[in-house]
Amino acid sequence: MDIRESIRSYILAEFLPGEDPANLEDTTPLIASGILDSLATMRLVGFIEEEFSVEIGPHETDPEYIGTIDSIERLVRSKLDGAR
Amino acid sequence: MADPERLDTLLNASAAKFPQRTAVQDPGRGELSYLDLNRLADVTAATLRENGIREGDRIGLLLPKSLASVACLYAILKSGAAYIPVDVTAPLSRGAYIFKDCSIRALFVDSKLAGALLDEWGPLPGLQRRRVEPASRYGVAVELLILPPCPEPEFSVPDIAYILYTSGSTGVPKGVVHTHASAMGFVRWCASEFDLDERDRFSSHAPFHFDLSIFDLYVACLCGAALVLVDESTSKQPVALAELIAASGISVWYSTPSILRMLVEFGRLEKQDWSALRLVLFAGETYPVKHYRQLRAHWRTPTYYNLYGPTETNVCTYYRVPDNVAESDFDYFPIGAACSGDRLMVVHGDGERVAAGEPGELLVSGASVMSGYWNLAEKNEQAFVVLDDRRWYRTGDIVRELAGGDLHYLSRRDRMIKRRGYRVELGEIEAALYRSPQIVEAAALALTDGDGNVIVKAFVTPATGTSVGIIALKTFCARNLPFYMIPDQFAVLAELPKTSTDKIDYRALKEL
Repeated sequence: MDIRESIRSYILAEFLPGEDPANLEDTTPLIASGILDSLATMRLVGFIEEEFSVEIGPHETDPEYIGTIDSIERLVRSKLDGAR
Repeated sequence: MADPERLDTLLNASAAKFPQRTAVQDPGRGELSYLDLNRLADVTAATLRENGIREGDRIGLLLPKSLASVACLYAILKSGAAYIPVDVTAPLSRGAYIFKDCSIRALFVDSKLAGALLDEWGPLPGLQRRRVEPASRYGVAVELLILPPCPEPEFSVPDIAYILYTSGSTGVPKGVVHTHASAMGFVRWCASEFDLDERDRFSSHAPFHFDLSIFDLYVACLCGAALVLVDESTSKQPVALAELIAASGISVWYSTPSILRMLVEFGRLEKQDWSALRLVLFAGETYPVKHYRQLRAHWRTPTYYNLYGPTETNVCTYYRVPDNVAESDFDYFPIGAACSGDRLMVVHGDGERVAAGEPGELLVSGASVMSGYWNLAEKNEQAFVVLDDRRWYRTGDIVRELAGGDLHYLSRRDRMIKRRGYRVELGEIEAALYRSPQIVEAAALALTDGDGNVIVKAFVTPATGTSVGIIALKTFCARNLPFYMIPDQFAVLAELPKTSTDKIDYRALKEL
C-alpha cells in the first residue's frame, strides 16, 4: 500500500472519526491544527515504526518531520532508502 | 387579616385592586379578568374542600396550559394544599410515578388523559372521579380524581406551596419542595428590582412544572398585569411563537436561551414590531454573548437580565446586561450578584472559602431556598451543609468571582474532569466552541474509551445551511484551547437533543 494512503487512513480512523477523507490533504498541518497532540503523535509514530519496519528517533517527532502527510512520507522513504 | 406571604393572597389582592383588568389570556381562546379568575379559583377551591381536601394535602395538576389550569392551580393554593404540576407532554408513567411519590390526595387532570393515567396506576379501590365545573368551560375538560387515603409520609414541612420534580442524577425524578415563604422571597424581590406595573403583559412560556413559571405566574399577579399563555405546541414553533409575542403585545419575556436562539434563527423576527418589549429575562443555561447580540439586533428596546438559580433555590443571583456589551467581554453572561434575600458563598471541596477569583462550588442560603427534597432524607443530607450556623444549599455549580464582584458560572461540579493530569471544565470547552462563527450549538461530554482513558467528545451544530469539517473544528480548538482541552472526537449534528425544559439533553447525547 502507498505510504501516504496508509498514513492517511490511520490518521482518519484514529484521530478524525467522521471526517470527510477529502479534507485531509497531503499538506494539511497535523500538529498546528490540533489533529495530533503529543499522545496522538506517539501513537502515530508507533504505527509508522510497525507498519514500515523503521525506527523513528526522538528528534524526528518535530513538526518538521511529521507536520504533514507529505513530510511523514519523506521521512519514511528516507529511512527505507537508507536501509537498502 | 390575610397572611401577606402566601401566593394565593396575591390573587385576592389584585382581584380587589384591579378587578376588571385581564389576569390571564389564552390567545385565540379567551381571557379572564382578575375578578373572574379569583371567582373561578374560589369556586374550584370549594369543590376541593367539599371533597375532603385539607390544608397540607398535595394535589396533582396534569393539565395543558389553559385558563382552567391557572384557575385550578390557584384553587389548590386557596384550599391550603400544595400543587404538583406534571408535564402533559411527557410519558404518563413519569407523572404516575411523581404523583405516587408525593402521595397526592387528589388530582386535576385533562379528562382525555385520565383513563391512561389510571391504567398506569392499576386498580385503586375507593377512587372517585368528578367533572370540575365551571372550570371545564375554560379551555380544557377537567376531571378531579380523589384518591383513596394513604398514610402520610414522615417528611413534613408546613405551608408547602408546590413541589417541582427535577431529574435526578440516578434517573429517578426528585421533588423540590417550596413553601409559600420560599416562593415569595423571590417574587417580592422581582417586584422591587424590575420596574413593572399593571399595564405590563407577561409571557407564560415555561410550562408550570418548570420553575421559570414561578416568575410568570406570581410576579404578574402581584403587579396586576396580564399573563399571556403560550401553549405547549406554540412554545416550540419559532414563527408562531414570534407572531404570538408580537401580536399579544408582550412586554415582559422570560425563557431559556435555547428558545431565544430558536427565535433568532427561525422566527423571522425582522417581520414584527417589537416596540412593546420592555424586559427580557433568561435563565436555565448559559447564554453566549454572540447569540444575545443577534437577538438584540431585533429586540432593541428591552432591558435584559440573566437570572440564575437551580430549581432548589428559585432565582438566587441576577445580572443586568449592560447596554453595550462586546463579545470580547466574556463568552457568555455572568450570573451576577445575590438576590431574593439570599446569601452566597464560594467554597472548595472541603468547605473552606476560596480566595477571591478562584473557582469553587457556589453555596446558597436564605429566603428563596427549598425546604428540601420530598421524602429523601439521604439526598437532603448531601444537598445541604451547615457553615457558620447557617444551612447552605450546595448548588453543584462551579463559579468564580470576577473583578467587579459578579459571579461567573464555569461548569457543573460533576462536569469537572481530569484529563492527562489536567483539570478540565467541560463548560470551558463549550464556551470556546461557541466562539466559532461556524458553530451555533455545542456540548462537550467526557466518555471513557475501551482502555479506561477519559476522552472528550464534542457535539456541535453548524450554522443553518453550512457544514463544518472535523479538521476545521480541531484547528479552531487548537487555536483557542490548551492542547489537553481539545476534544478527542467530534460529532456534527443538525440539532442537539433537548430536554422537556429546552436545555441541552446531555443524557441523550451520551446515548448517541
